Amino acid sequence: MREKKIVVNAVGDTCPIPVVKTKQAIGQLGGSGTVEVYVDNEIAVQNLSKMAVQKGYRIRSEKQNDQKYVVLLYIGSDAGSDIPTEDALSCSTKVKRDLVVAVSSSVMGEGDAELGRVLMKGFFYALSQQDILPKTILFYNSGAFLTCGEADTVSDLKQLEAEGVEILTCGTCLNHYQLTDQLKVGGVTNMYAIAEKMTGAGFVIKP
Amino acid sequence: MGDNSLFCKSGGCTAKLGAGLLGYVLDKIPRPLYDKNLLVGYDSKDDAAVYQVTENLAIVQTLDFFPPMVSDPYLFGQIAAANALSDIYAMGGEVKSALNIVCFPEQEDLNILGEILRGGAEKVTEAGGILSGGHSICDPEIKYGLSVMGTVAADRFYKNNGGRIGDKLILTKKLGVGIVCTADRVGEAAKESVDEAVESMTTLNKYTVEICADYRIHACTDVTGFGFLGHLHEMMAQNLSCRIDSSKILTIRGAFDCAEEFLLTAAGQKNRNHTASFVKFDGIAFAMEEILFDPQTSGGLLVAVDKRDADALLRKLTEAGIPASQVGEILEKQENEILVF
Repeated sequence: MREKKIVVNAVGDTCPIPVVKTKQAIGQLGGSGTVEVYVDNEIAVQNLSKMAVQKGYRIRSEKQNDQKYVVLLYIGSDAGSDIPTEDALSCSTKVKRDLVVAVSSSVMGEGDAELGRVLMKGFFYALSQQDILPKTILFYNSGAFLTCGEADTVSDLKQLEAEGVEILTCGTCLNHYQLTDQLKVGGVTNMYAIAEKMTGAGFVIKP
Repeated sequence: MGDNSLFCKSGGCTAKLGAGLLGYVLDKIPRPLYDKNLLVGYDSKDDAAVYQVTENLAIVQTLDFFPPMVSDPYLFGQIAAANALSDIYAMGGEVKSALNIVCFPEQEDLNILGEILRGGAEKVTEAGGILSGGHSICDPEIKYGLSVMGTVAADRFYKNNGGRIGDKLILTKKLGVGIVCTADRVGEAAKESVDEAVESMTTLNKYTVEICADYRIHACTDVTGFGFLGHLHEMMAQNLSCRIDSSKILTIRGAFDCAEEFLLTAAGQKNRNHTASFVKFDGIAFAMEEILFDPQTSGGLLVAVDKRDADALLRKLTEAGIPASQVGEILEKQENEILVF
């Protein structure tokens, strides 16, 4: 039997209407199935996520563009059991702000390069221990060395990535330093994406 | 008015810009030249500005306006005015004069505007102030509020960040008006809940502050758009921490149930995003968390009072019929700024 699915369009609706419409759709499912909700802002996604976490529904969400987000809620015992619960946007204790860390060098600060390397290693360890984590960390120019090879920053960056922080290194820079096949953590990005992440950030931190 | 035509997308203090967003912009504004007479400006995120005019006297200035959160225009006028006047009380001041701020659609029934202004004027009079003018513009969405001027003794006004270790925290209104009004907007709030929320929002904080005058108050703020925890966080001012006893938090009837039904505002979630990292919840129900983040329109005062005065102040407030409760205490700085248990 095909799984029952109801689509809810809540684009243009302000909270709590997306949640109210979704609850109605869940009621119509009569026990099990999927509700696919479209909303136009991230706060509505978060309010839907809170409901899902409280109710024990599996949930997955995706940003399609700045004005369109799709949220899938899997209701019932079997529905969406292939979706790992870790995927659920939860009211996680580690809040990710609209914070971007931009790393333009393999050393922290100006002065002695060896000291700069130690400081940079310390920075990423300290960052991984914060209650508020950044959404994204960007690496470019000689910052690219920090995500590659035997760099002592890789393990802390992997930890941050596991906490949901997006790690991105500039592809042109990897090329330039011939590091392309040595990337150890995160993905590769381009200048368009770097500019977009930085302009879209509430705050940009440069260690 | 039966068709809720007064409603806009989000009313009252749920329409406020998020604290994070606001901080981002304010941080970029060049600081004005220093003026020694400006006793409180926006660098401390306080409720109103305080400017010293003579050796003993300071004026308190504030303004607040927002879209409707209830469908009755007369009640909306009362609530918007009580909310704007509250910032004067949060500084421990007395209301002197007020100016109307009006946004109103050109084609809309002017009787509605009349009712809004009547409600507002009554509250200004109750506050002991005088309406002295105003400004109105055409706007597709109704908005109303006041610019208010009050006075306070230059050496005796309440900052929001003057709390001291050991102070008791007293909250003087119930929480949950944002959730109840939001539930009402989708037809899911009981009439008794809405009535209790409206009564709370139309009540002036004047009576509370008159009683506070007899006690050692170290800090005071009014609980509005950033929610109880958001305003409490501002009160902690980076160098203090506190414990909050959730069993002492009084809530509007039905607010807890509405939160359990996820009838939540966008503003409440923004408050959570902004403040949650400073808060540790120890065994708190989800609905109570939401109530603690709920944006309040015309909320109560949150007072940090000397611990020796706390019981007496609470007794006086309770005798006056004010729904005050001692909700927690200020501690020296801890790992978690705000612990809710």
